[in-house]
Amino acid sequence: MSVWTTTKRIARYGLIGFLRNGFVSLSAILIMAITLFVIAGRIIFGAAMHAALNDLRTKVDVTVYFTTVATDSQIQSLKQSLSSLPEVASIEYVSREQALDEFKRRHQNDQLTMQALDELGDNPLGASLEIRAKDPSQYEAIAKYLDAQQQSGTDVGDAIDKINFYKNKTAIDKLSAFIDNSRKIGMAIAVFFGVATILIAFNTIRLAIYTARDEIGVMNLVGASHWYVRGPFMIAGVLYGIVSGIIVLVALYPIMVWMGPGSERFLSSFNVFTYYISAFPLIFMVVMGSGVALGALSSYLAVRRYLK
Amino acid sequence: MIYFDKVSKVYTAGGPPAVADITLSIDPGEFVSIVGHSGAGKTTLLKMLFAEVLPSEGNVYFGSRDIATLKNGDLLQLRRNIGTIFQDFRLLPTKNIYENIAFALEVAGKDDEDIQADVPHVLELVGLADKIWNFPHELSGGEQQRVAIARAIVNQPDVLIADEPTGNLDPINTHDVVEILKKINDLGTTVLLTTHNKSVVDSIGRRVVTMDMGRIIRDDAQGRYVL
Repeated sequence: MSVWTTTKRIARYGLIGFLRNGFVSLSAILIMAITLFVIAGRIIFGAAMHAALNDLRTKVDVTVYFTTVATDSQIQSLKQSLSSLPEVASIEYVSREQALDEFKRRHQNDQLTMQALDELGDNPLGASLEIRAKDPSQYEAIAKYLDAQQQSGTDVGDAIDKINFYKNKTAIDKLSAFIDNSRKIGMAIAVFFGVATILIAFNTIRLAIYTARDEIGVMNLVGASHWYVRGPFMIAGVLYGIVSGIIVLVALYPIMVWMGPGSERFLSSFNVFTYYISAFPLIFMVVMGSGVALGALSSYLAVRRYLK
Repeated sequence: MIYFDKVSKVYTAGGPPAVADITLSIDPGEFVSIVGHSGAGKTTLLKMLFAEVLPSEGNVYFGSRDIATLKNGDLLQLRRNIGTIFQDFRLLPTKNIYENIAFALEVAGKDDEDIQADVPHVLELVGLADKIWNFPHELSGGEQQRVAIARAIVNQPDVLIADEPTGNLDPINTHDVVEILKKINDLGTTVLLTTHNKSVVDSIGRRVVTMDMGRIIRDDAQGRYVL
């Protein structure tokens, strides 16, 4: 008998078994859909947390505030010495006037502050340099360098009013640690639910095959090869996986649409819906791949017990 | 053709043997009834023929080949060459009658045209041509057993094993099944039948092997049910 004929027959019986055992198929599909939902949720949640962490990292910078009396040459000289540091990616100069404009813009609805500013008459803000490092871990070194400059008592050092890194840093460190922990907890929960639902899905398929054990016995008896017995069950398992995968991918669409705006507000630059669309090939492959693998493997293992 | 050579089977170590020191030879074309009380070892003896049970001691030969030494592929080949029917019919409940019989042919590697021709033919032989698209649960016990017979003989096996085939049937269906078995035997197939039914054995009037406590206590060429 040709391999093609055998394959065709196995596929046909797999499909027939899948369709005729409607209720069993339905329960296996629903259970498997939960498993795949957890897996897909884990991917999206992981990406959201990753984006949040990265976003936070880019918010780190070192800003040097100069005294109001600092001269242009003092500022330029510090800027030049900073640019020669290998860790520094960019330096942005904010003049006293720009700082004032920005301050006014931010407090334009705050009458009290604006009044106080008017009463001062003079611009109370100093110029500043916003320094970005090539890598977040290098801020420490830049901050130390600036510290040393400030303590040095040189002309340039005297012009420095304050360096706001450490205050920023503790807040950011705390937040990163929080996100990192929630990622780990999220991962642990996903693994827990993942394993639990995989076991339930496996058991559901095992029960479905248990009900067919006599049938498998008969197949053994009439001389069916192991693959001929196993094949249709594995095809049915693969079909469970594919159908549950489709259910999950379709169900995720409205959920992502619904969660999109909220996620963007909460995670600033990350929109779960945009992510779902852009990462769809990945999510599709993982969800479908897991479904097919889980279905086929569960069936394979479950049938194995009854083959003689 | 079938030869049991000093065969014993013990299921649990230290326990009583299910069959003990059986030597039995069966020629091609024979119709052998194996009778005995429940637990006499009849079913164990038959199961050893298609290697569902392997002997603890001794050898079972089918033709010139020792069944215990058969490799997987040869074993499948052997099973396709032995038709089996049981008291509980053992049809595939999720397949209709056509598919149940076609399955045995597919397993044996027949192509689709042959299957489409053979299935209605064999169903006609057992008188069930009109039930071809029904499912097993839609058939009576006697009809199901006839389907099982059709499945067992569709591959034209050398041997037909019938393990208590009439155990669940009323006298009329019992008579029908026995007649079909006789017809199959007349066409040249070796038939091994186990039964409790005295009237079945007496009506066949062929060789009768009587078992008790795992041993053969009588072997009569034209036997009757004596226990």
